[in-house]
Amino acid sequence: MIYKMGIDIGSTTVKIVILDENDEIIYKCYSRHLSQVRAKTAELIELAKDIIGENEIKITVTGSAGQGVAQTCGFEFVQEVFVTGEMVKKYYPDTDCVIELGGEDAKIIFFKGGLEERMNGSCAGGTGAFIDQMSLLLDVSNEELDKLSLQAEKIYMIASRCGVFAKSDIQPLLNQGAKKENIAASIFQAVVDQTITGLAQGRDITGNILFLGGPLYFFEGLRNRFKETLKLSESNAVFPEIAPYAVALGAAISADNSNFVYKYEDVVSLLNKSANMPDNIQHSEPLFKNEEEYSEFIKRHSENKLNETDINTYSGNAYLGVDCGSTTTKIVLVSEDYGILYSYYTANGGNPVDIILEQFKYIRKLCVGRGDPGAPQNPTPKIIIKSAAVTGYGEELIKNAFSIDFGIVETIAHFKAAKYFNPKVNFILDIGGQDIKCFKIKNDAIDNIMLNEACSSGCGSFIESFAKSMGYTVEEFCKTGIYAENPVDLGSRCTVFMNSSVKQAQKEGASIGDISAGLSTSVVKNALYKVIRIHDASELGENIVVQGGTFLNDAILRAFEKKIERNVIRPNISGLMGAFGCAVYAKEKTTPAAEPGVDVTSVLSLEELNKFTHSSNTTNCGLCTNKCGITVNKFSNGKRYISGNKCEKPLGIRENEKLPNMYHFKLDYIKSIINSSQKYPDMQTIGMPLGLNLYEMLPFWHTLWTNLGFNIEVSDISSRDLYQTGQHSIPSDTMCYPAKLIHGHIENLISKNINNIFYPCMTYNFDEKISDNHYNCPVVAYYPELLKANMSGLHNINFMMPYFDVSNKKIFVKKFMQYFNSLENFDKTKTNKKIIKNAIDKAYKSQDLYYEVILSEGENAIKFAGENNHKLIVLCGRPYHIDPEINHGIDKMLNSFGCVIITEEVASAIIKTKPKTKVLNQWTYHARLYNSAEFVSKRKNAELIQLVSFGCGIDAITTDEVREILEKNSKLYTQIKIDEINNLGAAKIRIRSMLAVSGEK
Amino acid sequence: MKNAKNHEFTYPVFKKSMKKDYTILIPNMLPVHFKLIGKIMQNYGYNVELLETTGNQIADAGLKSVHNDTCYPALLVIGQFIDALESGRYDKNKTALMITQTGGGCRASNYIHLLRKALEKRGYGYIPVISLNFSGLDKKASFKINIPMAFQLFYSILFGDLIMLLYNQCKPYEIIKNDSEKAENEAFEICNNLFKKGKMISYKTVKNTYKKIIDIFNKVERRTEVKIKVGIVGEIYVKYSPLGNNDLEEFLRSVGAEVVVPGLLDFCMYCVTNSVIDRKLYGKRFIKANTYNFVYKWLLKKQSGVISAIKENSGFTPPVRFDVTMDGVKDYISHGVKMGEGWLLTAEMVELIHAGAGNIVCTQPFGCLPNHIIGKGMIRKIKERNPEANIVAIDYDPGATKINQENRIKLMMSVAKRNLKDYRDIEIDIGAETKSPEISKESKEKDLVNIISSSAASVINSIEASAASVKNSIETSAVSVKTSIEDIINKNKSQKSKTENIS
Repeated sequence: MIYKMGIDIGSTTVKIVILDENDEIIYKCYSRHLSQVRAKTAELIELAKDIIGENEIKITVTGSAGQGVAQTCGFEFVQEVFVTGEMVKKYYPDTDCVIELGGEDAKIIFFKGGLEERMNGSCAGGTGAFIDQMSLLLDVSNEELDKLSLQAEKIYMIASRCGVFAKSDIQPLLNQGAKKENIAASIFQAVVDQTITGLAQGRDITGNILFLGGPLYFFEGLRNRFKETLKLSESNAVFPEIAPYAVALGAAISADNSNFVYKYEDVVSLLNKSANMPDNIQHSEPLFKNEEEYSEFIKRHSENKLNETDINTYSGNAYLGVDCGSTTTKIVLVSEDYGILYSYYTANGGNPVDIILEQFKYIRKLCVGRGDPGAPQNPTPKIIIKSAAVTGYGEELIKNAFSIDFGIVETIAHFKAAKYFNPKVNFILDIGGQDIKCFKIKNDAIDNIMLNEACSSGCGSFIESFAKSMGYTVEEFCKTGIYAENPVDLGSRCTVFMNSSVKQAQKEGASIGDISAGLSTSVVKNALYKVIRIHDASELGENIVVQGGTFLNDAILRAFEKKIERNVIRPNISGLMGAFGCAVYAKEKTTPAAEPGVDVTSVLSLEELNKFTHSSNTTNCGLCTNKCGITVNKFSNGKRYISGNKCEKPLGIRENEKLPNMYHFKLDYIKSIINSSQKYPDMQTIGMPLGLNLYEMLPFWHTLWTNLGFNIEVSDISSRDLYQTGQHSIPSDTMCYPAKLIHGHIENLISKNINNIFYPCMTYNFDEKISDNHYNCPVVAYYPELLKANMSGLHNINFMMPYFDVSNKKIFVKKFMQYFNSLENFDKTKTNKKIIKNAIDKAYKSQDLYYEVILSEGENAIKFAGENNHKLIVLCGRPYHIDPEINHGIDKMLNSFGCVIITEEVASAIIKTKPKTKVLNQWTYHARLYNSAEFVSKRKNAELIQLVSFGCGIDAITTDEVREILEKNSKLYTQIKIDEINNLGAAKIRIRSMLAVSGEK
Repeated sequence: MKNAKNHEFTYPVFKKSMKKDYTILIPNMLPVHFKLIGKIMQNYGYNVELLETTGNQIADAGLKSVHNDTCYPALLVIGQFIDALESGRYDKNKTALMITQTGGGCRASNYIHLLRKALEKRGYGYIPVISLNFSGLDKKASFKINIPMAFQLFYSILFGDLIMLLYNQCKPYEIIKNDSEKAENEAFEICNNLFKKGKMISYKTVKNTYKKIIDIFNKVERRTEVKIKVGIVGEIYVKYSPLGNNDLEEFLRSVGAEVVVPGLLDFCMYCVTNSVIDRKLYGKRFIKANTYNFVYKWLLKKQSGVISAIKENSGFTPPVRFDVTMDGVKDYISHGVKMGEGWLLTAEMVELIHAGAGNIVCTQPFGCLPNHIIGKGMIRKIKERNPEANIVAIDYDPGATKINQENRIKLMMSVAKRNLKDYRDIEIDIGAETKSPEISKESKEKDLVNIISSSAASVINSIEASAASVKNSIETSAVSVKTSIEDIINKNKSQKSKTENIS
């Protein structure tokens, strides 16, 4: 008898299925391999010893981590999606589509309408691993996460593209007190969205759907989200019992074709032998050459310490600092001479309010009761908390809840702390759980701030979840790296990519230590190349202070020193620096009290703390059309704190509402054009999607077609819902969000029963004479081609996408006439040459008028800012960045900070000239950015913020050039990367730091 | 201009006087073509060196020198230059760099500027950069090309394409290992000897040379088995450069494919036609368009020359005529799409499908803007009209791991294998990665007989054991032959993995 064995080795698990000669499953097992791929496989096969007995077996290996095993053991390897397809054809022949989620891979196979198999792109992140990471973030087990999700009342928008982004969406929700139940369900929804955008790519998921893979088998909540989102009936959604083993089963079926047969003993011995195979991955030097080097390192770093002062014997003033970070909460109480009276560091597990409440009670008791919290209270405390300050993601929440005196932006807190350790400090690098922050210090002020952009954040917590997934604590995991002899070179990029590098290393048999050390180096490289973007270690300066919880890890610290070839200072309170900085700040800001010894802080007293209660509920703000989801926290002191808001409206602060905001103004102008469209029943209607370059050219095309006797229907202003209606037809998931939105706009027009849609291809833009050429970027120029090829709804309507160059009016008139006369669908009896010429004239005039109005409004704004002493921000982007779904309300946020906002074309029109740039300046929209930089450089009260859509390739060029122009003129450069992420947490820190720094300047 | 003073950027120019003692470094975009181009320039007295370096340090140097989100090709090309400059192999005061430059709305037209910025940042602002381009950007450069040299450069493209085409059609089928490489080198020498004469080369000589090259490859002994044809299209650098695409061609052959790569001439003709199309669409530049139209027709004639040479002298599959390629894409995408590889990329996919190589790897740097439209954006439409099309889009960037890329390519190969069975009723075996790439696993025994019967002598030569004993063993014990062949295969394999280690 010959048995068939399928071995599926995925990124996190091993699955084995054995079939007998009748194709009956006689053995199946599923286990996490914790990166011990070969050992685990052998172990599982050994369990089947009795079942296999003396029978011969044919073997097929599959799975992303299976290649290495197959290669070294000489087993047959078959691609995993392929075997899945074979399995489905045999066992579930009615299936239209298979969705299989694994540890890190997501796959989709379409059977109906031409077989097609797809795997997730390199940017799409993991799914199973992603859920693991999210559980960790919420501090629940996977099972609990699933249970929680079933209780959800509300789904939050969580970015679906990659784990790191999702995390930065979830963290603020947690900090703001959103319910875990809702977040759990939202996490599953994110996985669903990711599958639909990342994989379906233009094909509808309908009919009988077979769901496979571990996560879908184990998580009911995830299954529910899929069913609901895809609108599947019970009979259409098939969740088979075999789900976790399906791929292994497919492999077992394929094994039938294999020509090689093995005995049980052969298999086990081959596997065991392969454990000692040579590897051929890239390695780097060990972190420490020997024990001696390590102890020298330990000794050197132990010198940078803050002394402890015994809280039980100290009496006098004290200052409290709280750093409510993204994953951890840190509290420090210092004495008048900066001795640490008390410190606390913990993972906040998603609920910082409770943690801080407990800690404050404890601290208050210590101050009063002299070290014995149980002792009867002494009415006159010996330690007087003079003031307190709070920073971090949870700053506002905590400040409101506990009446803390000062709330400061994180960057300032860290600078204060670092300065204490080295007054000459000129570079601070802080790697926390989620963010990398670094500041350059010049002339005793923060000269430049670099925060990680969404794509490389989460480095600290990445190591943590990685350690956990391998069955180690983070401390143990990092320890193994210190003594690793051959650290693996894992490259530098976002953590999702690292996952697959690690996979490769595992495949090659690298040890845990080697991987640990490699990851440490990658985290450091990320910080250096992605965030700080150094070219040379000397750029960092002589006096470097590193901090943040991640640097408590010796392996990372060492990797950093090795990479920059320089020793750095890591204070012993590395993880507490934010809190310590707050305490320092609080002390500096406290004027000596008139009555020494009087408690002047506004922080809640013990009595108030004992009475403290806190509740939160979520609702939608109704003050504007955005209808943002907000969380209202209510505290026992009667204070209400609203979080999740994008503007200050729900907070009741309206004084800044009237500040000039050109983003708002431009959008209103566009809306007024749309609203001016009259609809005549006897005229044909032409639809236009409101996105990309049509945002700017709407006056032109609208006027032109109106004057030719058409009704114009413009798609609705973007919204999340609108985006989702078109999401399934996006063919490339790494494209910029503004482009992806267009799909929704087209669907929107189709839903309005528009039969004619006009969206021209435009290689060239208007020539503003500020650049060497006047191109559009490739995406803007040719997007209609992509729409036509991917949106099936366009097949049935008249989609007009002619190629036009509007920069030369004379030629345009000629070309447009030719085009118009070639149109077959329209009645052209009422138009003649003269009418067309006239319509074009009006179109150009209308566009000119638009620019004039914007310019004069912009000039008013500039004047207003100057006269009323407001900061003037040139919020640089593209014309389509005025779309509220693209800018997520950053303009309003800036207004709320008291800034006047103008746009890039205003600044550019004022500068007018063509600047000399080091790069090829050949795109109209981008040329405006360089002029804006020149504009800002000339004005004292102006700053520039560049909005960059993730995936914008051309901005890789413009950002560097704009930065260079600004820095040459001693101006700050601030870049905000935006995406579908709907949360402004990081942007806010960035903007506040920038304002704080430019204020100091 | 008010700020003119601050913004006057001047760059070192390659001066005539530098010709005698400067080394000019060029990046290795197309291994065959650039080698020929390098030789031509050497013949004209420029001391040119083609950079063939590999390794992680190249991407690292790139990451340090340019914006991390810059396209991967720019990162690699610049990284390779910086890495070379810092290797100590060159006198930095006597080195110039040469970079190719496309124009147009793609950000790739910025390469030379990014290179200069990078050089400045690294403190090498004094090193002259020479632009090699089609569209007259960067007019300051004084690297002069005279007419005979221009013709030689042009012919190097034709020869390069021809050698690449023939090599790709021989390599997977060669019976004697490395015969194809030998042929390639021989062909290369013929071209080089022709160029060495340094005069105007007559077109007749060129045509003769085609014949000579074809004859050389005709002599490579080949098996007649059916292999899966896999086309490679994509952004020009990652399409051709082994450094950019993790040696994609070699990998595809190792999993049992015959690689089909459309030539460089197509790209040149695409660039030329764009001016003609611009005139048609936007009414621009009448004179320029007419000139280009003339050039286009001339190029088309030259391409036809190559095609008929192949047809007349061999059984190799010639390239598809450019006008056919161009016409074939009309129903998919407008010829107005002219940024990056533009409509040509889509056209090449369609052409490959029509030519029976419907299995396609569409390569692009991560986040490549034009490829969103012309590559990934068109795949759906192509598949709708050609159900047998089997296209996989692969992104390349410094963080992308080989394993992920290879896994996706293997999926494409699995589907290709099934398609072959479903559409053409041919069953073959691929996925032989556990065995030698030279001989596919399952058909090993069958192959063995084929090999030995078709060319016993050559097998015997390649087998180190004595001819007699092998011959005997065929009759007496097929098994022992199998073992000895397996030995060789293993040896080859270990050698291969060794080379992989080194690289």
